[in-house]
Amino acid sequence: MRGLEQLLAEHPFFEGMRGGDLELIAGCARNARFEAGEYLFREGEPADHFFLLRSGLVSVEVHDPARGRITVLSAGAGEVLGFSWLMPPYHWVFDARAMELTRSVVFDGACLREKCEGDPRLGYDLLKRVTGVMMRRLEAASVQLLDVYGGAAAS
Amino acid sequence: MSESPGAGPAVDGAPGPMRTRVYAVRRTRRETPDVLTLELEPGVDGEIEASAPGQFNMLYAFGVGEVPISVSGDPGGSGRLVHTIRAVGATTRALCDLRRGDPVGVRGPYGSSWPVTEAEGRDVLVVAGGIGLAPLRSAFARILARRDRYGRVSLLYGARSPRDVVFEEDLRRWRSRFDVEVEITVDHAVGPWRGHVGVVTTLLDYAPVEPDDCVAMLCGPEIMMRHVARDLGRRGVDDDRIHVSLERAMECGVGLCGHCQLGGELVCRDGPVFRWDRVEPLLGVPEL
Repeated sequence: MRGLEQLLAEHPFFEGMRGGDLELIAGCARNARFEAGEYLFREGEPADHFFLLRSGLVSVEVHDPARGRITVLSAGAGEVLGFSWLMPPYHWVFDARAMELTRSVVFDGACLREKCEGDPRLGYDLLKRVTGVMMRRLEAASVQLLDVYGGAAAS
Repeated sequence: MSESPGAGPAVDGAPGPMRTRVYAVRRTRRETPDVLTLELEPGVDGEIEASAPGQFNMLYAFGVGEVPISVSGDPGGSGRLVHTIRAVGATTRALCDLRRGDPVGVRGPYGSSWPVTEAEGRDVLVVAGGIGLAPLRSAFARILARRDRYGRVSLLYGARSPRDVVFEEDLRRWRSRFDVEVEITVDHAVGPWRGHVGVVTTLLDYAPVEPDDCVAMLCGPEIMMRHVARDLGRRGVDDDRIHVSLERAMECGVGLCGHCQLGGELVCRDGPVFRWDRVEPLLGVPEL
């Protein structure tokens, strides 16, 4: 059975991170498993976790009284989920629900913040990784907003 | 693709590839509310030459106009043609209104094709968006028909919403195979959709291809292809192994009228399938 530190080292999000740093943050992590339909977090609840997805598929959703459940994006193996633990007021702004059996490493957000405050080099490293994901998501969201398939697509 | 209204081309008397032949609609299949697949069979004046995956024909809706449409299927040497059309203008709407037995003018085939043979021995990554799956459909089918000649094969497909997914039957069949990776995503999902949601670039992580030994074929809206090509470059795929299918205002189909000019390229003659390194600098120029 692989330990948490090894699981972290194998995940693309932590690719190239120093062994000592992985050991340090592994202290904030635990394994978790979510059955299909189970929520990882719900809108408005305290955002105190950060999810490293190892397998499965999670949909990030918002509920609209008129249209029902709307999926904003989905995330699967090799991706990370949830950034609201990083900035006040630490509340989730979407729902996240497992679409199939999903295995994840879950970090305690407060613990991670504490490690980062105590070791700014580690904090900067982690922030750069989070920013990279945020940039890709922002780029993807911008393309989604363009609705490129809505007009005259290739015939 | 663009549409040219007017009296239409001469049916008889034109030489070789400029000659329009009359086909008849044999079968239609509704893919989505605004996308229709037509199967055409040749009439008494014979058939056009066989096409290669990625090429296009000019389809003439009699009395309405002519429009370039990619070949979207290969009915197996029967002389029949398969075209998938999205109703976006007068001519494509007229084509989408056709019924069994109705006549259609056809000339072609024109343009370049997907590097299906050149990709043999390598991994293949096919990325399609929206109705952009149509020009890639016959290329992908041909690759699967000779599956042992290729390395790992992946198809990534993005659509606007679940109801806009085209060729659902093909996708279902391809997904059931163990020797090919097929992933589908939609930009927006309301309701019971249980698959990926997000732009098609987010699926690149799921394609088990080797960046330094893969050939990529992309077709869809130009913005989508630019983002996918850029992302593939970041992952180590060389620009000369990325191929894209472009659409411009193609009218003559043989490089005479110049309507589809893109810098020094004529999309109807030199394309529509281009190597990315050849067209990437041109796509960033708004004046073109």
